[in-house]
Amino acid sequence: MTSPPSLWQLFRVFFVMGATSIGGGVVGYLRSALVVRQRWVDDATFVELLAISQTLPGLNATNMSILVGDRLRGTPGAVLAALGMCLPGAMLMTGAAFAYGIGGDDPLSKAFLHAIAAGAVGLVLMVMVQLGAKVLSGFADYVFVAVTAILVAGFRVPVPLAMIGMGAIAIWWHRPRKAPPSP
Amino acid sequence: MKQLLDIGGVFAYLSLLTVGGGMAAFPELKELTVNTYHWLTFPELLHYYSIGQLAPGPNMMMVATVGAHVAGLPGAAVALVAFILPTGIFTLVVGRLWNRLANWPWRPAIERGLGSVAVGLVLSGAIVMGRGAFTSPYYIALGAAVFGLLMMTKINPALPILASGAIGMAAYLL
Repeated sequence: MTSPPSLWQLFRVFFVMGATSIGGGVVGYLRSALVVRQRWVDDATFVELLAISQTLPGLNATNMSILVGDRLRGTPGAVLAALGMCLPGAMLMTGAAFAYGIGGDDPLSKAFLHAIAAGAVGLVLMVMVQLGAKVLSGFADYVFVAVTAILVAGFRVPVPLAMIGMGAIAIWWHRPRKAPPSP
Repeated sequence: MKQLLDIGGVFAYLSLLTVGGGMAAFPELKELTVNTYHWLTFPELLHYYSIGQLAPGPNMMMVATVGAHVAGLPGAAVALVAFILPTGIFTLVVGRLWNRLANWPWRPAIERGLGSVAVGLVLSGAIVMGRGAFTSPYYIALGAAVFGLLMMTKINPALPILASGAIGMAAYLL
């Protein structure tokens, strides 16, 4: 691994990623920039930081920026990495809101927007399948997924309640134990 | 001022729910911005969320659009800071601690347990979103086609989403 980058370098690399990672899948962009091109972290560290990012609340891409920035340059590094990652998208989306205010009511824009909303559901489902392939490993896990979804989407249970309740049950189910689980 | 405080409160709260990704917070995002505060309609929220899928960077920078929709530039800034800062500090602190807990026996239990719940929350988000977006079989077909394409190929997800937009416009014009 090379010596830690300067704060400016760190900001620049994350800013470029924040501006070019179009179409979701920021994790792929992160890996190719941080592990392959810059060699700031190795693959094992990357996977470990990713597991932390996905477990903690917060967006995966933002959490990864904070964790990698912190590893490389401490708190200032974490702040600049996260800023670089978020700024381009944040500026674009703010601009988009104003454009929507001007042209969003046009029937042609509405036809476009409603169709991309339908397409975006397809993307969300794909992300869910990918996430599921990584973390679900037994019948019980699928039950936790189904019950959580039925509670939130079916019975309108508030997300924090479902998260804490189902989270506690699922963590308890996977609790560390030496003997094999009794049937 | 009251409105900016509300925006800050709502998005700071929502940020705590984004376990496993931004989509996990979608049901609550809809509940608060559409039903509780009436800041925008459900179709408007869906449109903003979908535009957000086309933007680079983290997938929930669309919170800026809701902030801007309600209170202009200050609204966008407050929504972004509230959405990113609290969990950011949390990640910074816990991230350092988490490394030291590499051999803590409860760590895999938490990762696996919260992992399943996170998938369930993303699924809930997709269902809530689908109820708004799938208003006719034609839209279901679009969503299914994007899902199928993304599962079978490695193309950039922005491309099929843009293509569905183009199909939607063509269908309107013809």
